[in-house]
Amino acid sequence: MTDTTVSRRDLLCTIAGCAAAASVAGCTEPTHTDFFRSHLHELEPDEVKALLADLEQEYSAKYGKEVTVGMTEARPGVSFAYALDLSRCIGCRRCVHACVKENNLSREPEVQWIRVLEMDKEKGVDLHHANAYYDAETVPRPGHFYMPVACQHCRNAPCVKSCPVGATWQEPDGIVAIDYDWCIGCRCCMASCPYGARHFNWAEPELPAEELNPKTHYLGNRPRPKGVVEKCTWCIHRTREGLYPACVEVCPVGARKFGDLNDPASEIRYVLENKRVFVLKSELNTRPRFYYFYGV
Amino acid sequence: MHNHPLPRWLAAFALAALPLAGCDAHEHEEDFPSSVGAAPAANLSPQGIHVPPPPFTDGVFPCSDCHDPEMLLPNPRRRKLEMAHQEIELKHDAEHRWCLDCHDANNRDQLHLASGELVPFEESYRLCGQCHGDKYRDWRAGVHGRRTGKWDGDKEYLLCVHCHNSHAPHFAPIAPMPAPKRPVRTP
Repeated sequence: MTDTTVSRRDLLCTIAGCAAAASVAGCTEPTHTDFFRSHLHELEPDEVKALLADLEQEYSAKYGKEVTVGMTEARPGVSFAYALDLSRCIGCRRCVHACVKENNLSREPEVQWIRVLEMDKEKGVDLHHANAYYDAETVPRPGHFYMPVACQHCRNAPCVKSCPVGATWQEPDGIVAIDYDWCIGCRCCMASCPYGARHFNWAEPELPAEELNPKTHYLGNRPRPKGVVEKCTWCIHRTREGLYPACVEVCPVGARKFGDLNDPASEIRYVLENKRVFVLKSELNTRPRFYYFYGV
Repeated sequence: MHNHPLPRWLAAFALAALPLAGCDAHEHEEDFPSSVGAAPAANLSPQGIHVPPPPFTDGVFPCSDCHDPEMLLPNPRRRKLEMAHQEIELKHDAEHRWCLDCHDANNRDQLHLASGELVPFEESYRLCGQCHGDKYRDWRAGVHGRRTGKWDGDKEYLLCVHCHNSHAPHFAPIAPMPAPKRPVRTP
């Protein structure tokens, strides 16, 4: 019987040999399927450019229309935060569906980054009695209030700490981002997120070409593959260009506010300075950038 | 005080409405000046706030088409309307208020503040702000109401009346969009 045991040294030599062969073969410009490419933070600017071009080509071919994949970086000195007025939200779910369209979320299996929880006014904010599946002819239903929950973009993010491969991190402007091409799909981040904000692509995401939003960001709404985790990015492709996230613009009651904490004239600063504000599960010390407030 | 003569009954109305008005209107007058005289781009206030045109029902404006002072004398008596506007159900402190507390009897194409100062419909927020000073303050800061545009630049505001019916301002319930599918556990 022959010995089929492969020593660690042999394995590493083989891998190194393959890598060397790949680089000799001229694969200096990484593609997003390139198993041997470096982490995004270690890529040179021209390598990032090549990576984006490769993605644009793939998506444009797949969806039959021109798709752009941007990589607008964080603006120096900007610190994003978000505030949601619980006294205004009526639970209409316009934000949920605007987010699905804007961010190219899978229609089937259904992935939604925002979950609107219906709660009893008598019980107050009580997650044990929250219902995300409420249905009614009109909202708000008497005796209820509504609490949309999505990624809280924690300053002390458990998901970032638990990722074994460094596929998720906090950007300088505060957005917690994921590199879908670096994610190995282990779902440790989902287990560690106390807000249920991360979602896994259990199957190949189904996204009709005619509904694809062709303006995308590498760390945001570009089409995702099966087997990776995704979540709210505060519409990174919009907010990095100075626009409001889609959910802010669509909210019919104006319950959603977004802006720069470092700008004393911003809406978000006004909220923090003048309203009653709290963060969800403050006892966990995740220090969210997402605030809930009472505007009345 | 006023730069135009006021009929006595209107002055009485204005005085009666004074206790209802908060101090905010006066407080903010200077830092939120009137854009009267500006062109139709009038929707851009001196503060750089973009406001879309008021949501008039088709054919209702200018009001003076019907309320021509030479054809139809103003009737200041509080009464049930029978000739027109019967569809308006006043649910806005109706016990204390009536049409001419906000609409100007002599210039039907404008509104007036408690002080008697005329206000165009494009600036109706100044009228609302007399009583709802806290909301007015939040609205100007961009915190009450919906905003579109840029978080670091020009924003588009909405008038109070784009979301609230001024005659019955409680925000009307709306139909929710579909609920998420419940996760299915396959056997």
